[in-house]
Amino acid sequence: MLQAAESAASSLVVRGTRIDMIERGAGAPVLFLHAENGIEPAAAAIEQLAKGARVIAPTHPGFGRSELPQGMRTVDDLSYFYLDVLDQLDLRDVTLVGVSLGAWIAAEVAVKSTARLSRLVMANAVGVKVGGRETRDIVDVFALTDPEYLDITYWDPKAARRDYKKLPDAEVLAAARAREATARFAWSPYFHNPRLASRLHRIRIPTLFLWGAHDRMLSETYGRAYCAMIPGAHFEPIARAGHFPHEEQPKVFADRVMAFVGGK
Amino acid sequence: MRVYQFSEQPYYPTWNDHSGSLRVTLPNRKCDPRVAADLFHRYYDEYQLCDELGLDIMLNEHHQSATCMSSTVLVGLSVLARATKKARLLVLGYPIGHRPDPLRVAEELSTIDVISRGRLDMGFVKGIPYEIAASNRNPTELMDRFWEAHDFILKAMTTHDENFNWEGEFFHYRQVNIWPRVWQEPHPPVWSTTGSSTQARVLGERGYVMATLGTGYGTRKVYDAYRQAYRGKFGKAAGADRFAYLGLVAVAHDKQEARKRGDLIAGYVRTSPIVHLPFRNPPGYLPIEDNARMLRGETPPRTFTKDGRVISMQTANIDELIDAGVLFCGTPGDVYEQIVDFCENCGGMGNLLMMGHGGELTHAQTVDNLRLFSREVLPRLKAWKQPDAEAAAAA
Repeated sequence: MLQAAESAASSLVVRGTRIDMIERGAGAPVLFLHAENGIEPAAAAIEQLAKGARVIAPTHPGFGRSELPQGMRTVDDLSYFYLDVLDQLDLRDVTLVGVSLGAWIAAEVAVKSTARLSRLVMANAVGVKVGGRETRDIVDVFALTDPEYLDITYWDPKAARRDYKKLPDAEVLAAARAREATARFAWSPYFHNPRLASRLHRIRIPTLFLWGAHDRMLSETYGRAYCAMIPGAHFEPIARAGHFPHEEQPKVFADRVMAFVGGK
Repeated sequence: MRVYQFSEQPYYPTWNDHSGSLRVTLPNRKCDPRVAADLFHRYYDEYQLCDELGLDIMLNEHHQSATCMSSTVLVGLSVLARATKKARLLVLGYPIGHRPDPLRVAEELSTIDVISRGRLDMGFVKGIPYEIAASNRNPTELMDRFWEAHDFILKAMTTHDENFNWEGEFFHYRQVNIWPRVWQEPHPPVWSTTGSSTQARVLGERGYVMATLGTGYGTRKVYDAYRQAYRGKFGKAAGADRFAYLGLVAVAHDKQEARKRGDLIAGYVRTSPIVHLPFRNPPGYLPIEDNARMLRGETPPRTFTKDGRVISMQTANIDELIDAGVLFCGTPGDVYEQIVDFCENCGGMGNLLMMGHGGELTHAQTVDNLRLFSREVLPRLKAWKQPDAEAAAAA
């Protein structure tokens, strides 16, 4: 846990907004966009990915210690922010990896431009509406207690429990900021952009959907329907993992990503 | 002092029949519309009685709740603007940050002001956390919306000569010109509520009437934050008429009867927080630092007795509620003295928001409570001289 905080010493200023950014490893660039629970839970996966790639893992604006630009309210805003990041770092042939909220951001980036991207990995992605207006595609996590939330988002909820009384201030603040930032970007429309589905055909780079098979916030049916909206996208379940497969199976997650990067 | 009678207009018949939540998720199957109709008519009768008794009237709204059936305050205001003659009609409040359309709010409130011939007091509120589940408004931007709606409503009420344009962050109109225009110039008095010193300073700079509830003998601190900001802005002390306090009031010639009534009215504070846990604190409703403390299980105490004891509104007994200034209860003499003591402790408070009905208090008990209060307490409160505002501000 503390590792991420230490290695997050590097930061990036994008058009006046300072964000934290982890950079690790060497090789082909992987831009990792974290899920709604922040970057620290992703640390093990970043470690694994860094064994075979140059991993760049920013903390989204409004999360962790990253600033929030004035007026930033939507995932659409975040996607333009990351297009600026790609330009500023002059990254090329990037494998863009996102989990849940991060995958939604990744999709919003990719429908706008894939000029700097070579591959896209979407893990337990949110971002689209699949069912009808009275179908709750995505469980209302803001209507759940913490234990209920952990129960539907983790294969092993016990391992995900955190005792905030014992955590350092910075981590407790980060958890509170993550909750607030998630609400800012995903409150309504709930965890999706109604316009995104009609734009996904624009993604014409190889795309992999990874799916923690025990996710009960999102169904696999949802994931497969989403996957089918991106031309040629491939769907792979990950066993013994829930909504955050990179956390529960970091090695499997990284291996799948690296196999995809090394593919044709 | 002005005294506004207030009832949450509860649907109390289902208070013992719920699964841990009286709000948001309590199925409306549990609401019998015939019972609701009888209750509404009864509550309006009691409000009309206030008009005859020389009391003013306060209305509010909550959503998806058995604690308060008034889900659209405009309905109550509409009924009473026509059915009453003298009472001021205070809406406290109208959750304008939740409303999709502030133009409609400006039209509604102007109409009420006109029909009532200038008796509207206009309380704008953020709304308690549980309202967010009903409106689905993004809690992280609720206060930004609130202030833009506020600015727009006042502009709409004070613009009389030509259409104006509004292209803000949240609201867009190109031809604004509301009819009818407001009766009170430049606009009906603005009120708001808070329990925080930070927000009290914001209200003090605007000179709005500030109400608190449940702050008990911790009220002085919030009032003083207002006083400081008010003096900084206006160069004089804030008068007692800038302050309001919501207190439960139970009065009877017989002390035991008064306590019995107080206990029933306190059903309000006991049921009010019965809400399914996740709806109590949506992300973004409170500042980050407060949420971080809450993650650690630390919640700052809110209600204090005069001698500094912390009480829980939900579990406090009658004596604790009285000691905290949450409940004013006893004979007319007792109640007068309790209220005056509280006001002196606050450095002056000019608007008592009196919950003279709450919970399962019957119609007969409510009528007797209101009659006795208006006959034997109200005249003495009106004659009572508030503490010197300059001295209070300097203290």
